[in-house]
Amino acid sequence: MKYIREFRDQTAAKKLSDQIHLDTDDTKLVFMEVCGTHTMSIARYGIRELLPDSISLLSGPGCPVCVTPHRTIDHAIALARRKDVIVATFGDMMKVPGSTSSLDAEHATGAAVQVVTSTLDALKIADKYTDKKVVFIGVGFETTIPTVAISLLEARSRCLNNYFVLCAHKIIPPALDALSRGDVAIDGYICPGHVSTIIGYECYKKIVKQYGIGCVISGFEPLDILQTIHRLVKQKKNNKPVFENQYTRAVKPEGNPQARAVMQTVYEVTDSEWRGLGVLPSSGLKIRPEFQSWDAAVQIPVDIEPTIEPAGCLCGEVLQGKVRPFECPLFNKTCNPDHPVGACMVSSEGTCAAYYKYNIRL
Amino acid sequence: MKKTNHSDELIKLAHGGGGRLSQQLIEQVFLPVFGNEMLNRMDDSAVFDIPQSKLAFTTDSFVVDPVFFPGGDIGRLAICGTVNDLSVAGARPMYISIGFIIEEGCSIDDLRQIVLSAKEAADEAGVLIVTGDTKVVEKGHGDLVFINTSGIGVFDQDRNVSGSNAQTGDSIVVNGALGRHGMAVITSREGLGFQTRINSDVAPLNHLIEAMFSSTDQIHALRDATRGGLATVLNEIARQSGVSIEIDEVSIPVHDDVKGACEILGFDPLYVANEGVVVACVDGEKADEMVQTMRHKKYGSDSAVIGRITEKSGGEVLLKTEIGSHRILDQLSGEQLPRIC
Repeated sequence: MKYIREFRDQTAAKKLSDQIHLDTDDTKLVFMEVCGTHTMSIARYGIRELLPDSISLLSGPGCPVCVTPHRTIDHAIALARRKDVIVATFGDMMKVPGSTSSLDAEHATGAAVQVVTSTLDALKIADKYTDKKVVFIGVGFETTIPTVAISLLEARSRCLNNYFVLCAHKIIPPALDALSRGDVAIDGYICPGHVSTIIGYECYKKIVKQYGIGCVISGFEPLDILQTIHRLVKQKKNNKPVFENQYTRAVKPEGNPQARAVMQTVYEVTDSEWRGLGVLPSSGLKIRPEFQSWDAAVQIPVDIEPTIEPAGCLCGEVLQGKVRPFECPLFNKTCNPDHPVGACMVSSEGTCAAYYKYNIRL
Repeated sequence: MKKTNHSDELIKLAHGGGGRLSQQLIEQVFLPVFGNEMLNRMDDSAVFDIPQSKLAFTTDSFVVDPVFFPGGDIGRLAICGTVNDLSVAGARPMYISIGFIIEEGCSIDDLRQIVLSAKEAADEAGVLIVTGDTKVVEKGHGDLVFINTSGIGVFDQDRNVSGSNAQTGDSIVVNGALGRHGMAVITSREGLGFQTRINSDVAPLNHLIEAMFSSTDQIHALRDATRGGLATVLNEIARQSGVSIEIDEVSIPVHDDVKGACEILGFDPLYVANEGVVVACVDGEKADEMVQTMRHKKYGSDSAVIGRITEKSGGEVLLKTEIGSHRILDQLSGEQLPRIC
């Protein structure tokens, strides 16, 4: 816990808060935290309370579960319904509603669904249950993708014939680009720390250059976020949007080329549907033909139920920062964490979940 | 507590059939350990006199997976859970019933270990196991061992502690570090991919709680913070008593190993289960003295004042965060599940 406690120091937080107040006037500033972990951290540490009223923080599309379209959830559910399949998934996916069910609901009616914290655990399940097909639900951004890619390399080298991945991975740069072209005015991005450890600086420099929006890569502790906001405030004050890296203790300019190489070995870029953003060109990944033997979409045929989008759910607008969770008519009425209508209410990084859990209504 | 497994004697369906094997199981596993005058009669009910007229009566079922976890096992848990439920009502726990639902194929050595742990905990708490039951279910229809315990406690003096009795000006006191049981259990499950040295805090708290009552008669509410953790208990007290509570994150005892494991899994230790944590709402003027008393007692060394009841009405729990801001500490929805990144 050493090296974490220092980033939660009350005196330093107060100092940063004072500086932010000093460097702002009544001009409205809108900063977007792209990553769901930032959304949660901002809510958990009550960071809004330390900011002047003129600063609004909007949540972006950086919760991987939330941007996963219904069809992918329905696909995972269809797989779980097969008697010869064990679905292995990160916990976040369990309660995400599909068109008519969820993995959690399927588990309750007897489907084999196991929560894992890494693909290594999923491989172990495949080793243990050789008479079953073990399908890992590959949801997540650049932070998660290399670990899933490694599991496919491992499956190939060990000739495992009962391990599969349902690939629904997405990559962040195209989403940032789409948002920057969109109709929500954003004064600066609080850029995702974890994803940046893989992708490095390049994507953000392009955003600054092309759209004139400041980008600061941020760590996840409260002092990281306050310092990032202060840097974005100063950029606005000086009227000079630039790229900065606040999270230097983790993010290098080049990112992690090795991890990217592993991704490229296993996956190729494809167009992908994002909840809220629609189909974005070259924004998702699919498993390369060489790894087809481990591609659940190819190897395990299932009938996926027709997609039903929940009526009235504004998840899509929330993910683009157009609507804040409490502005959705379903929020805290028909939609709550016990009965989620949209994924944003149920994922541990979901914007609606954060606003609900920490009672944010401003 | 370590699981022993040096014999391949296994539980069979016939062990629960009521015949000779059932008899053997009771005589060879349960009675030698649990045996006491009342139990040894082997009647259908325990029969006893209780002079006091006011009693506390509680029941709880235990289905923990794995049944052996760092710092304890389901046997110790089953006794402590019921002892603590009686103690936080202000009662002195006396008599316990214990019912086992055993899965076919469970090793008798494992069962014996669980029975020994239960006995050890009962002895520590000073309670008698006076009646019991055993059933065996088919393989796949249980999870090694499920236990139900019920307990009776007596009131040596009249005490009015209840979740609905918290008063404005009360201090909130806890006896120990939070989140240890939940994290010990979850990090010892197969498939998690990392290990810790976190031990469960499972413990009988009746002697500690008795010391708290001896220190002051101004304890208004007492709860053990089991499932749902501290946050859930505080929300229940706030709602039942119609008060607002403010707690200070910095003063809440959480060990670094628990904090670290929670960081990795995306859990909040304030929502993680405890099996040896008591939460007290006590007159603000008496709290420090009570905490000093508690710190000298077993299971009380980490005792601390963590917050206070701020006002009547509201029913909200407000947390002052480490960085000095505030947020609502709401009730948990569902289980905490490990996250993606």
